[in-house]
Amino acid sequence: MSLEITPLGDSALIVRVGDSLGEVLATQRLLAGAKISGVEEVAPALASVAVFFESPSALTNATATLQALLRTRRPTAPATAASRVVEVPVCYEPAYGLDLLPVARHTGLSPREIALCHASGEYEVRCVGFTPGFPYLSGLPKTLTTPRRAAPRVAVPPGAVAIAGGQAGIYPLASPGGWNIIGRTPLRLFDPAREPAALLRAGDRVRFVALTETEFARWEK
Amino acid sequence: MGKIIVRRAGPLTTVQDLGRPRHRFAGIAPGGALDPHALRVANLLVGNPEEAALLEITLGPAEFSCTDERVVALCGAEVHDSLGQPIRLAPNESLPLRAPRRGCRAWLAIAGGLAVPPILGSFATDLRGGFGGWKGRALRDGDELPLGPAPSPLKFRGPSAPWRAPAEWARTGARHAVLRVIPGAEWDDFAPATQTIFLHESYAVAAAADRMGARLAGATLPRLTNSELLSEAVAPGTIQVAHDGQPIVLLGDCQTMGGYPKIAHVITVDLPLAAQLRPNDIVRFQPVNATEAQELFAAREADLALFRVGLALRVAR
Repeated sequence: MSLEITPLGDSALIVRVGDSLGEVLATQRLLAGAKISGVEEVAPALASVAVFFESPSALTNATATLQALLRTRRPTAPATAASRVVEVPVCYEPAYGLDLLPVARHTGLSPREIALCHASGEYEVRCVGFTPGFPYLSGLPKTLTTPRRAAPRVAVPPGAVAIAGGQAGIYPLASPGGWNIIGRTPLRLFDPAREPAALLRAGDRVRFVALTETEFARWEK
Repeated sequence: MGKIIVRRAGPLTTVQDLGRPRHRFAGIAPGGALDPHALRVANLLVGNPEEAALLEITLGPAEFSCTDERVVALCGAEVHDSLGQPIRLAPNESLPLRAPRRGCRAWLAIAGGLAVPPILGSFATDLRGGFGGWKGRALRDGDELPLGPAPSPLKFRGPSAPWRAPAEWARTGARHAVLRVIPGAEWDDFAPATQTIFLHESYAVAAAADRMGARLAGATLPRLTNSELLSEAVAPGTIQVAHDGQPIVLLGDCQTMGGYPKIAHVITVDLPLAAQLRPNDIVRFQPVNATEAQELFAAREADLALFRVGLALRVAR
């Protein structure tokens, strides 16, 4: 595994590992587990791990330790058995799947086929970002690959289940967004009063389960 | 317990502290005061712990009062003549803040701090997430926020304290800012001629400037490659180049990850200047290396430590 360390300003570093969830998580665990003094947070991204320090001085003091750690200890792949599986109920009815028709036009599938296909996928949370609690999911079936909307929506409703390119995601909060909305979940993906606030974290596996409108309404209560 | 009354909130006033920097894994921006140094100095001036919650005031005018006697101090843009010097506010005395001629933001510390409930370890307002600070939102006219008990007595006669912050810490607004930068991960995605343009041309701050970042307008910075970047971490001070070739300086409420090329990063000690950028201000970039950035930071921290000791002696007297 090749590692490339690149500065992110004067108080953080990015360790690029490769476009693999296993490598990202293993590197994150290695660096976070080492409890290097002055490290504020070790945060995973798609193909890299960022190490944030408390200050530029903390970065300077810890760089040699960090380099030595990455040189001498090869991050090992985490046991897949350790990852959680989270079931996410989704209502794919047209009232919630606001972009089912454009996705149907692009993929040649019917809205019902889109729902079945989306719910048949095995997804992994690659990282969480964009807005608090927004999971970037890999594992979208290739037949659903659809470019993002030409014009982003000003306000995507919270819980919107969406796809763009080869990725899938869920909007936790009302926010602007350009992904195609194919359904909605009644789950709260982000709740600052909850511990942890974000429902999903990198490494979790996600399964979507279809809900009827009646079932969705019952969930909402 | 005393309260602060928001008589006039102004365009955007929020409760801030040093933010919540350990929640990026959940997509939560570190946030907090866009100039954390100003927050620390203003708090120290009134005898607070330096990380206490205070008000970040954008532009103004704004107006506040407290229900009991409080010492307050301001740092940042010139919203008041007392910048950098603590003043005593009598119960219900008005503190009117004007719209600054230069600079964008000021930090108002109140002895005792703002006693708002902490969320995820911080008092800071996360506007996009809609949580933290005061009800997860910007302050409105008529809001009343609880204050903490005033800390160890600050003894001085008259309306203002005989101590003040160094002028360059107290007054940070300028129409022409020179931001020192170190190269970003995609620095080499730009031709040497483009790098020279970035380091020598002036950029104007565009209208789209908020707590997430300031868009700049000027000579375009074409990238040598069209390859898509995988989203990776960004941080306050990161300068991204958008698809239109214009740079964006990210600030404290920026997203945790971004997919635009990172041409450079504003160094930590110049984040106070970046926090003051407002539309039509002129920005230039000056290159430094990582060692200089670290030494400048260490020197400022040493100065702050001396300042802290000096204040402690005065307060204890």
